[in-house]
Amino acid sequence: MLTGIELSLTIAQIIQRLRGSHLHSQIERQAKECLHQPDVKLESLKEDVRSFLKTSGWERKLQNAVYRELQLPPRHPPAPPEHLKEPLVYMRKAQASWEKRVLKSLNSMSTELGVPLAHMRPAAEQKELTNKWNEMGTDEPDLSRFRPVYAPKDFLEVLIGLRNPNHDSSEDISVRSHWGLIQVPLNVRDIPHLREAYSELNLTSGQMGIDDHALIHPAVLCTHSLFCLHVSCVVVMEEDSAAAQQYSRQGCPTGLRADLWALILNATNQPQDVMHYEQLKAGVIQHNLLVDNLIYKDVKLTASNDDYYFVFEDFLYQVLLCFSRDTAVLEHFKYNSATPPKSYIQGEIISVIPFHGFSMYVAPLCFLYNEPSKLYNVFREMYIRYFFRLHSISSHASGILSLCLQFERLLQTHLPQLFYHLRQIGVQPLRLAFKWMVRAFSGYLSTDQLLLLWDRILGYDSLEVVAVLAAAVFAFRAENLMEVTSLASAEAVLADLSTLKVMPLIQVFLFATAM
Amino acid sequence: MSGTPDDTKPVNFTVKAPVYLQIGDAKADTAHSGVCVVDVNLPFGKPVNIEEVTFKNYYTAYVTVRLLRRNPEQEAPAKWCTAVRDLPLMDNPHTEGGSQDYYTIHRTQMQVEPDHVVCARLILRQPSLAWLTFSLEDIQIFPHTEPDPEKEVSDWLSDLTLTDQHPDLEGLPDPQTVSSSIQQMWALTEVMQTNQTTASIGRFDVSETHSQPHLSCNECVHDGGDVITFGR
Repeated sequence: MLTGIELSLTIAQIIQRLRGSHLHSQIERQAKECLHQPDVKLESLKEDVRSFLKTSGWERKLQNAVYRELQLPPRHPPAPPEHLKEPLVYMRKAQASWEKRVLKSLNSMSTELGVPLAHMRPAAEQKELTNKWNEMGTDEPDLSRFRPVYAPKDFLEVLIGLRNPNHDSSEDISVRSHWGLIQVPLNVRDIPHLREAYSELNLTSGQMGIDDHALIHPAVLCTHSLFCLHVSCVVVMEEDSAAAQQYSRQGCPTGLRADLWALILNATNQPQDVMHYEQLKAGVIQHNLLVDNLIYKDVKLTASNDDYYFVFEDFLYQVLLCFSRDTAVLEHFKYNSATPPKSYIQGEIISVIPFHGFSMYVAPLCFLYNEPSKLYNVFREMYIRYFFRLHSISSHASGILSLCLQFERLLQTHLPQLFYHLRQIGVQPLRLAFKWMVRAFSGYLSTDQLLLLWDRILGYDSLEVVAVLAAAVFAFRAENLMEVTSLASAEAVLADLSTLKVMPLIQVFLFATAM
Repeated sequence: MSGTPDDTKPVNFTVKAPVYLQIGDAKADTAHSGVCVVDVNLPFGKPVNIEEVTFKNYYTAYVTVRLLRRNPEQEAPAKWCTAVRDLPLMDNPHTEGGSQDYYTIHRTQMQVEPDHVVCARLILRQPSLAWLTFSLEDIQIFPHTEPDPEKEVSDWLSDLTLTDQHPDLEGLPDPQTVSSSIQQMWALTEVMQTNQTTASIGRFDVSETHSQPHLSCNECVHDGGDVITFGR
């Protein structure tokens, strides 16, 4: 609970951030226009304008904006900005050196291949690209020389090598930490705490996707589904961000998922958003970036080869090429902890450098949104809230480091025999699960199951469920894994997750594990 | 609300080297007890009324603040008292949460009034064996300043909302009186609209005699009776 001093500081900061924003000017304009209304009287001007804004839904929009601002960490007066991004000095250093390494790799690729980081397209090429904008997938450029800047397993090695200089890692203490790969003592939650935090996932609560299954008696099905549908409709119509988030914890109905997610993320598709997207598109047409080739290659290697996502190849180019040029993305990282590796063009920062598998963050969203600028906005919000944490070094509770540690701890605590057995045959469980977590399971689960998982990420505003699911998958396949005798066979057991139903796995792991 | 750290300067004081308490023989046994004492000597002869204490943590789990206060009126010797007992700085002494964070202890969070303080003692505790060392960095003590009587309590409110700079109005009438007179006129038109059978009003000036035709705009309601004239 905030004290009086902290509360006034928080209020001042939020006002500062919202002042001058587009929402501010819109509300001002609305307030001016409402003066024409007959029921707005001079003597009670203030109250009448306020009640007008309330009934017309503008107060709700303001509440949503404040709610979104509250997601950002509060500023403690003596703390410098880099501390707010990441409080631990050694992690900041590690992230900085990782960023340098990635950038160096990109630069050396540029020199090696003789391709500049950026160059202006000739006019003919620009025209051709404009015409072909909606079918870039038909292009077959020669990408054999390009290779991804880094792959998830490179990043895993960096995480494994992280050490706290003040940590006493002599042999006789916390032997448990030597079972796993992550050696950083972050605070991660165990099942009792998770049960409290994720109480809506209890075995006794209905979940979308399980309990509206056809096997249930139609009468029960109708009532439950209708009720959920009704609630979600009301939430969407009321445009209540916080309610949408709460609702999403038990899963979103398929038809309303797109609207609910857009509401939770406050991703509007207003004229200025469309204009921003068009500007980025113009940038893509004008300049060719080295990073573009990496994006092409990534899409061709991952999404295009996937049975579910290959149809969206064109969309993926349209989103990712614009995303790589969006400097507004980096504006957001002034507040949030860590920054993903970024590249520079002639001194100007260009956004994120993609790694192998990056396009899989966008692919599932193509099922929900078919309008490119809306798809772009939603993806951008998802990235700056969640996905960037999966490839940055930080101590945040949703950061990949915490997720890895949590996965290992859950396994060690609740499946110790399995963990021991795997170590005996020379397999580290994290090496098997890392690629799932870094992509938030995109490309490994079937799409409907993946979207149910991402419902919870949005609903609980945390990536913790990803670590819980990884542990739950191991628990589910524990019997088979106990019989394997090599890394290759362990990988084979865990190769195909497309038949898994995520919510029953998570529910059983959290609420039915014997303590 | 009294002065914020932005306005006031911290008190100059000397911090003695932190003393890590040892168990057993100081020479032979170097087992850490997990307790460390930091003495802060405030300037001699100038007791301080503390507003807040700020510091940066480095792996300390709990901090206790003890103050040596000397009451200036009484001749009694200075007495030690506990201002804050075992304030947790880390959620879990074994893990990283809060380990390098910045903290502020405000006088309202202290159990005693931190006035006339001569010396402060910070007792740091870190029971976990996970860390090689622990301490507090960048300790600063800000003095309590009496609130400016001219500024009201809502001073911090005005800091929240940036007031617009009013442009220089030379030779122009005061905006307040202009707006109030306009409001009066508008209110009058409202009244007129609701009572449509009453007097006519003209925007332009009319002659003193009622019999002559009105010089007025077409909004007028010619109903005879009283004519209200506005100033020229």
